[in-house]
Parts: sequence; C-alpha cells; structure tokens
Amino acid sequence: MTASLLPRAPRVGSRPAVLSPMAVLAVAMAGSLLFLAVAGPVIWGSAAERLDLSAVLQGPSAAHPVGTDNLGRDLFARVLTATRLSLVLALAATLLGAVAGVVFGSLTAVVGGRSRRLLGSLVNLLLAFPGLLVAMFFAVLFGAGAVGAVLALAIGSIPGFARLTQTLAARVADTDFMAAARVLGLRRHRLLWRHVLPNIAEPLLLNTTISAGSALVALSGLSFLGLGVQAPGYDWGQLLSQGLDRIYAEPLPAIAPGLAIVYAALTFQLLGEVLAQAAARRHGGLPRVPGQTARPASPVPPATDDHVLEVEDLTVAIATPDGVSHPVRGISLALRPGEIVGLVGESGSGKSLTALALADLLPEQARAAWRTNRLLGTDVDTMTPGARDRQLATGLAMVFQNPASALNPSLRIGTQLTEAARTHLGLSRSDALAQARLTLTRVALPSPDRLLRSRPHQLSGGQRQRVMIATGLMTRPRLIIADEPTTALDVRVQRQIVELLRGIRREAATAVLFISHDVALVADLCDRVLVMYGGLIVECLPAAHLATDARHPYTRALVESAPDLSADRDRPLRTIDGLPPDPLSPGPGCPFQPRCTNRQARCAEEHPPLSDLGVGHRVACWHPMPPAAPHIKAALT
Amino acid sequence: MTGMSDMTARLAVLARRHPWSTFCCRRAVRLTVSLCAVLTGSFAMIHLIPGDPVRAALGIDAAPGLVAARRHQLGLDQPLVAQFRHYLSGLAHGDLGVSLVTGLPVAELLRTRLPATLEIAALAFLCTVLVAFPAGLLAAIRTRDGRHPRSELVFTAATAALTGLPDFVLAAGLTAGLAVGLELFPIAGGTGARSLVLPVLALALAPTAVLARIVRVEALKVLAEDYVRTARAKRLPAVVLYLRHVAPNMLVGSLTIAGNLLPALIAGTVLVEKVFAWPGVGSALAQSVVAHDYPVVQAMALVLGTVVLVANFLVDLLLGLLDPRSTIREM
Amino acid sequence: MTGLTLRDVTVRYHGPTGMVTAVDRVRLEVPEGRTVGLVGESGSGKSSLARAIVGLAPTSGGEILIGGRPAHTRTVRDRRRLGRQVQIVFQDPDTALDPRMTVRQTLLEAATAFRRLDRGAREPHVTELLDLVGLDPRVADRLPRQLSGGQRQRVAIARAVAVDPGVLIADEITSALDVSVQASVLNLIRELQRRLGLSMLFIGHNLAAVRYVSDVIAVMYLGRIVETAPTEELLSDPQHPYTRSLLADAPSLHTPPRRTDTSR
Repeated sequence: MTASLLPRAPRVGSRPAVLSPMAVLAVAMAGSLLFLAVAGPVIWGSAAERLDLSAVLQGPSAAHPVGTDNLGRDLFARVLTATRLSLVLALAATLLGAVAGVVFGSLTAVVGGRSRRLLGSLVNLLLAFPGLLVAMFFAVLFGAGAVGAVLALAIGSIPGFARLTQTLAARVADTDFMAAARVLGLRRHRLLWRHVLPNIAEPLLLNTTISAGSALVALSGLSFLGLGVQAPGYDWGQLLSQGLDRIYAEPLPAIAPGLAIVYAALTFQLLGEVLAQAAARRHGGLPRVPGQTARPASPVPPATDDHVLEVEDLTVAIATPDGVSHPVRGISLALRPGEIVGLVGESGSGKSLTALALADLLPEQARAAWRTNRLLGTDVDTMTPGARDRQLATGLAMVFQNPASALNPSLRIGTQLTEAARTHLGLSRSDALAQARLTLTRVALPSPDRLLRSRPHQLSGGQRQRVMIATGLMTRPRLIIADEPTTALDVRVQRQIVELLRGIRREAATAVLFISHDVALVADLCDRVLVMYGGLIVECLPAAHLATDARHPYTRALVESAPDLSADRDRPLRTIDGLPPDPLSPGPGCPFQPRCTNRQARCAEEHPPLSDLGVGHRVACWHPMPPAAPHIKAALT
Repeated sequence: MTGMSDMTARLAVLARRHPWSTFCCRRAVRLTVSLCAVLTGSFAMIHLIPGDPVRAALGIDAAPGLVAARRHQLGLDQPLVAQFRHYLSGLAHGDLGVSLVTGLPVAELLRTRLPATLEIAALAFLCTVLVAFPAGLLAAIRTRDGRHPRSELVFTAATAALTGLPDFVLAAGLTAGLAVGLELFPIAGGTGARSLVLPVLALALAPTAVLARIVRVEALKVLAEDYVRTARAKRLPAVVLYLRHVAPNMLVGSLTIAGNLLPALIAGTVLVEKVFAWPGVGSALAQSVVAHDYPVVQAMALVLGTVVLVANFLVDLLLGLLDPRSTIREM
Repeated sequence: MTGLTLRDVTVRYHGPTGMVTAVDRVRLEVPEGRTVGLVGESGSGKSSLARAIVGLAPTSGGEILIGGRPAHTRTVRDRRRLGRQVQIVFQDPDTALDPRMTVRQTLLEAATAFRRLDRGAREPHVTELLDLVGLDPRVADRLPRQLSGGQRQRVAIARAVAVDPGVLIADEITSALDVSVQASVLNLIRELQRRLGLSMLFIGHNLAAVRYVSDVIAVMYLGRIVETAPTEELLSDPQHPYTRSLLADAPSLHTPPRRTDTSR
C-alpha cells in the first residue's frame, strides 16, 4: 500500500528562472548604483571638494558638464560622490524602520486580545499621518542633521511596516496550521519564529525594497527642506535645493541631482516589481496556449434527430508553465430534450472544463476544439459570433457550484434575473419583471416582489441556488448545464434542488447535464450517466445500472469506494491506489491502466474505444468486468 | 455591573438598527482621540526640542534680556500645565501664537495660506481619482487572464516609473522644462488658473500611477470572480458587463486605497509648494522650519495634521455609505 | 482513562449582529477507545464545538472533562496539558500544514512538543509515524505543496497522533477529498482506532462516512445535540424528526431512486 501512494516527484521550480528584460534592467541599474556608491567618492571625491573661486556658479561647460556651485566645486563630481551618502542614509532609515515596525507588528500578532486591540489602534492612529509629516516633526525635534533625519524617517515608517506585518501575520494566524501549532502547545516565540515569520518574509522583503526607494526620496526631501544633511556634507536633496535657487538662470544644476534621485528611486521600484513578479510566478500564473484554434470541420453529417446538444471529439488544451496540458482529450456526448444526463468524475477528470467549453466560458489560457458541436440543432461553427452568443445566452443556462459567489453581491436580484431576457429577448423592463415573478414562483421561492428588491447576501444558500436556476430559466433554455450545483449545500437543500431540476425537466422538457462527483446523487437523479476519467469518457450507462452493473474497473471502484448507509462496516472500503494521470503527458494506453487491478499488456499500449455492450451501455475497456451475478444484485437492492 | 451589560446590550440593538449612524459615531470618537493626540503632539513639540527654542530662533548672540522677554511673551516661564491650559484656551479663541521671526499672529498667516493649500490638494486628489479609475479599469480589461502581455509590461513599467518619481523632483523638472524652458506656465506663485497646472500635476502624477495600479489589481480580482463568469454566460454587452457587474464591486476597495493616498498627497504639498513658491501652508512650514520659527511650525503641523484627519474621516464616512456591509463588519 | 465528557458546553461569539450562540448546552460522552460521530449541516455548531474542546475557542459555559479531569485553558501550562491529551485534524488539507516546513519538520515539531527525543531516535520515529498513516518514508523530505490532498491529510493525521494523545478530534477531515481518497482516509481511521485505541470525536456532514467509523452517532442541529444513539440504532430507528429527514434526504446508490413528485 505504501509504495503506490508515492507520486512521481512533482514539478516544483523545475523551470529554470528566466530573467525577464525588466529583471535584467533592474539588476543593471542596481549594479550601477552599487558601483557609484562604492567607487564614486574614491574616483570623484577630490574633484567634488576642490574649491575654485575663479569659476563660481558657472553653467555647463566641457570642464564642468553640469556646472559649478557657489564655491566653484564641480557639480557633476558632487552628484556622483553624493550617491554613497544618499543611499547609505536611505538604507539605514529603511532598515531601522523595517526592523522596528516588524517587531512592533509581530508583537500584536502574538499578544492577547486586549493588548492587541490597543496596539492595533495605536498603529491606526499613527498611520493616519503621512510618514513625511511625522518625519518632519521628528526632524525638527532631533534638530537638523543626517542622523536626526534618518531617525525621524525610520520613526515615520514604523507604522506602515507594523500595519503590514500585522495584516500578514493575521492572515497566517487564521490558518489551520497555526491552529494545529497552538493545539500542540507551542510557545509564542516559537510560533513566531517557526510559523509566522517564515511565511510573511517574502512580502515583507518586497515592501522593504520599495520602501528603500521612498526613504531615499523622503530623505532627499528633508535635505531639500534644509532638515537633512548639513554642509559641509551633501546629498542629492541638498544639491537639488541649491540648484533650484538658480533654476531661472541655469536649469541643469537642479536637474542633475533630480535625475539622480529619480534614477535611484526607479531602481528600487523596479527591483520590487521584479521580486513581486517572481513571487507571483512561484505561486501560479499561467501563460497562454499559443494560437490553437478549432480543427477544420469535417463534412458535417446531416442533423440526425432532435438533440439539444451534440458534441463530438471535444478537447481542451491549457497552457501551463510546464507545457501544454490536455485535461479533456476527446469526448462525445449528446442530450435529447427532457433528458437528465449525469457526468461523474473526481477532481481533475476534466468534467468542469467540459462544461465551460460547451458554454464557451473557458479561461483565457484554455482552448477548446471539436469535430462537431451542435447546439439546438445548429452547428456552432457555421454561426456568426453574434448569433452564437445569442444562441448560447438563450438556449443554454449554466448553474455553477457555489451560489454564494455566482451572484453579484452589489446588484439587486431583480437586475440579475432580468438582464439576459432584456438584452436577448428584447423584453421591456415591466415585462421582464413580470416574467421574473413567474419564474421565481416556478422555482418555489415565495414573495417574489420582496425578493426582486433584495441583494444576494440577504438570502440563504438554498435560496441563492434557486435564484441562479431561475436566472437561467428566464430565457426559456432547452438545456441546463449544472456544474456541481449542490456540492456547497446541505443534504436537505440538495434534495430540494434535485427535485426542482426534476420538476423543470417534467414541465418544459428541458434537458439537464448534471455534473457531480457524487455517484450516489447522480444515480438517484439522472437517466443516463457518463463516467469521466483522465479527460475521457470511460463508461456510459443507464443510471439504474450504476450501482451494480458498471463494467469499467474505474466505475466499479468509484462506486465501491463511496461509503453507503447500508455497507458492511467491518470490511474496509474499496480504495483506488495511485494517482490520476498527468494531463501534461498522457500515455498512449487506457488512462486508468496504471491503477487498474485488471490490467493486461494491451492496456498500456492502445487506448480502448467506447464499445457497445447493449441497451445504452458503452464502455472503454479492453477487459471489462463481468456483469454482477444476479444474487448480488438482489442482495443489494 | 448589570447596568453596564444592560447599556452594552442596548447599544448593540441601536447599532443593528442604525448601522451607518453608529459607524459615524465610532469614527467621530476615533477622530476626536486622534485630534487630541495631534494637539498634545504639537504642544509637546516646543518642549521636546533640545536646547532653548527661543535662543535657537533668535540666534546664539541675542541679548539675554530679549530672550527672557520673548520667553515671557510665549509663556515659556510658566508651569507646564498652565502652559497647556493657556495653549488650549488660545486655540479656542483662534489664537495660534505669534511668529518669533516676524512677530505677526500665526492665525493671520493661516487665514491667507490654508485656502491655497487646500485648493491644490483637493484638485490634485480629484485628478488622481478621475484619471486613475478609468485607466486602471481599462488596463485590467485589456490584460485580464494574461492577455496582451506587452500591454501589461508597458502599464506596469510606466506606472512603476511614475510611482518612483518624487513629487518635488518632478516639480523641479516641470519648472525647468515647461516654465523656464518653454515658458508655458508661470514659474512660481499663485496667480490665476494657469499657475495651478504645474503644482497640481506635480502632486497628482505619482498618486495617480499608484492608484491606477491598485485599481487594475482590484479589477482583475473582480474579473476572476464567479459572478463575472455568470454575467459572461448571459452574453451581455461589454459596457453593461464592465460598468454594471465589475465597476461597482471594485469601487470600495479602490476608494479605500485612494483615501490612504490622501495624507501623503497633503504632505507632498510642503515640498511642492516650496518649489513653486506657492503661497500655502506647506511653504510657510518649510520656511519656518529652517528659520526655527517654532510657533509657526507648531501651528502649521497642527493644521496639516487636522486636515489629514478630517479628510480621512470624510473618506471613511463616504465608504460607509457606499458599502453598507463594511459598517457592519466593523462592529 | 482518557475519555472525553462534555457537560452543558456552550460557545458564544460576537457575530455581525450581536452575540451568536453556536453551541448550546451540549452534553456528550466519548468513552475511552470509542468513536463518537457528530453529524449536522454547516452552521450547526460542529466546528465551534471542536475548536472549543481543543482550547482554540473560549467556552462561555459548561465543563469539558478529559479523562475525568476538567480541562482548563487559562495558563500556558493548562494549554500544554490539554494539547498533550487532545489533538485535532482539520478539514482543509491545503492549509493544515505549514507550507514552508517539510513533512519531517512538521512531524518532529509535534513529536518533540511534549517530550524529549534523542537525535538518534528522531529518524526512526518519523518513519514509524509515516508508516502508521500509510505513507512512504521518502515523503519526509517533501514540502506540503509537493503532496496530493490525500497525502497531506495523512500527514496532518500523523502530526496529531505524534503527540500520542488520548483523544483525537477529526473535524470534517474527508469533506475536501475525492470519493476514492475519502475511502482510503476512512480506512486509515479504522486502522488507527484498532492500533492505537484512541477515543475519537469524528465530525462530518456526510452521514454515510460518519457512520462507517463511529460506534455512536450524535446529531447536531442549530447548536444543540438533538439525538444520540448507537450507530445501527440511530440508522434503523431514528427518533428525532431532524434525524429522520437527514436519513431520508441522503442519496444512496443501493436503494432504488425515488421519483417523488413533491416539488412544484
């Protein structure tokens, strides 16, 4: 048992870190700053200090590219030499502020309720004041000078860091692993060092980088005001201030230190940007599938019978950082009016992507392709985009898993219910509202008038899902695709929603594609069941046969692994060892083959087609399980 | 004890019935506490300064008699509590003290200068919000789901660059380029509408970039929501989809951030006003800081702090109106 | 010796519109070495009760007895004593493990939380724990994100039993898992009951899953226990109308589908 539970080593950070152009630029700029900070005073230091009273307040010339100051010192050399002091002061202020702020913020995360609230409101109070203003206040207190300015700025940035730490730490504190650590009786300092700080280090570092840029700007600002570096010392802010006094006569002495400040600020900003992007890449974020379009349509066979939906060979491809993945690998399905068809599968089987592909709602990174796709008898590929949108909006209704998030929280139910009918059926506002009232009654929601005026957060989960279904019914669709519509609901509400879908089917002959992971629920509700595994349909059978007559080993295992109210409690439940196939590199054979207890040589080599076994029962397996013996059937039913 | 819990219960009932008014009251209490802190801070400032503030202002070689007279005039020779009481009663009568340098009442200075500062700060904030919202939303729509990676790069790089641009350096650059170089705008001073352009531009550019980025992130978050997928399934026109389903849901988050930018923007007036010699509170503060004119510094710090707090308070109330759920969440 | 007894336990918290009583005077007995299932729909107070038992949420009334002795959470010493006796496994395997700690670090942190472990004894102990929950010893060096959901849940279980607690609270531990993975975790729970003799409170909303591992089932509704009975008795002869509706509404594979026409 143990060995088979070990998956292949997952791809984590397997992609080499490719430096984006932005990263290269950021590193180059940071390198140049570092060089100037280290070597600047050595190379240009003496030139920057050399007095030349014969050449005071000169404009740019060959000897002095930026000009000279009131003592005839070369301004170009002074700007370059000032790099070191400007950067060192900014970094010192940032580090001081960051350390103090993080300590302060982490304290609030580990102390008890009352002190936490007190510290929290103190931080809130301080945050109301802009850091620069606080820094000016303290710079006045500490007296003008570099040290005073650095301290003042550090103090000014403490609340910001404290708040960030607080927010991040609170997010960590709410996680289950922190709860588990607390149940383990770990002491506060250990919680902090082991669990909180490592998990918030990354965003803190990012913020510190960006703050260094702001600190540099703020320090220059203080020097500019005369509160920072005092003569004979000089930094960029002071140089800018001196340059500004003669800007009418000579703009360059003001522009040069200004540019230096902008350059350094940009460097820190870019570095932060690159760090943030690297972090985002590590936590997901996908590129797109390069231009993959629908396959050339083969000669379309004449419309057979009255299917509401007929799809052949549907595939979905998704671009991932590790390559193109194929979560849906060619499935065909057809629904007649009034039919409820179940699509069962575990997570990762591709069932939800199938639903989104049918409704043309796939995310941007995903591309669907098909051989035929007929909605309400019309080939989707022959329609104009406008006609297709109309057809999808009116002929097909989608019901999603989580009714709490599928309704817009800021819009009234009335608006959300009527907008599709008003857009596509051209109903007037009052007609649409009248129809909305009828529809709400149809989904068994009382007092429709009050409901139409309410917003989603005022409704219960079951009511919201009814509203979702009503929204779909407003355009009188002939097909409802319901993607796990009851998974987020309790059994009692689940039962009501299931009965509601049944009622709708009976009244209007609406077809329902019911997607679920719950085998028992699907067997209960549906007429036919499609079992999906590894992006393929592996079995297709009447729902009544699911419990006992499934022939595919996967379907059998799935059914047997679901605990049942009447199952023998002394026998272990059936499990499926191993892991589902990797949609990035599907093998040539049967997708279930590596986990199948029944596999033989052919299974790994050739992919079994869906073959007919009799009345409405098809299975994709080289060696289907034998039909269950009649006496077992009798015992189970 | 029972009286207390009875009170609490009654307050809770009240809070449920009038969430917004209760929210306003709580914010008003917070504002009052913060204002007290600012008052105390500004009063304490003059006493926390190392050395003698009067001597610092008048110079090392001022006559001892003059220094003593000024000290007496400022009330610095009285006990601390009496000084604080005097300070408060002065404030209540609109008396903010007298400048050490000019000898003029500070209140007079404020009366002429505060409107000028509020004018550019309010205009800059308005520009920020009006430009950043559409820009951020459009950028989000264009780059959602990783579409148009090049546009995303341009947007991120441009806003990062503008964010890093310090307002006072920008102000200097604008002066050099547009005022001195091209002579399009007046270099300095507050004379008519044309003189407003450069200070407002210098103040608003960086916050606009910051806010546009945040609006984009907020909008991307909303675009990834389930209910936007629901709206897409209805195949609504793009305008309806974005303005009805997306914009309202990102408004509160973005406005909160915009509110947080306001204090920094007001602080920025100090530097920008100095560059443009704008006759506002900021430039007065900058001058008096250098001149060690502490009564003026004290008063200006008090006024700027109050402006910041009141602005925050108003933004909070507005947010409470826009998003009723946030007022309930607070409690 | 380490059974769990709840006497009129009440949990209240500040909701958005005033005080909410999540758990209302709950009386429950988990005898030593037995498993009591606690079923109820979301919002019925099951999880609040679980958090209260392990000291993550304060109780506002009643008494929690562990091994016959009242549990306190006032001081660090109290909380540590509680942690030594009662451990919990949570619902969501994605957030249950510290993303920056390897499986080995996670397990060792728990194993050394209450007792000393010689350096030499650590590695065999980790292997033993992993073996206990059916994991290959090689996963010890992995980070949580390199494991599947089922494997993470096994590690979370191993972390809880590493302390060698007398009582284990399983709070919806299979709800976030696929059916086939749920089956293997349920089997593992059965196995642990047999090998370690744990007293267990197994919380869930899926009656079929809870039934599979429980000796006694308690049904919770709106913060109260409405019915407690030995498992088979509860299923065959439910007394409370709520229990009856829970049983009637649970979909079942092996009963013929009902074609009831109750909805309009």
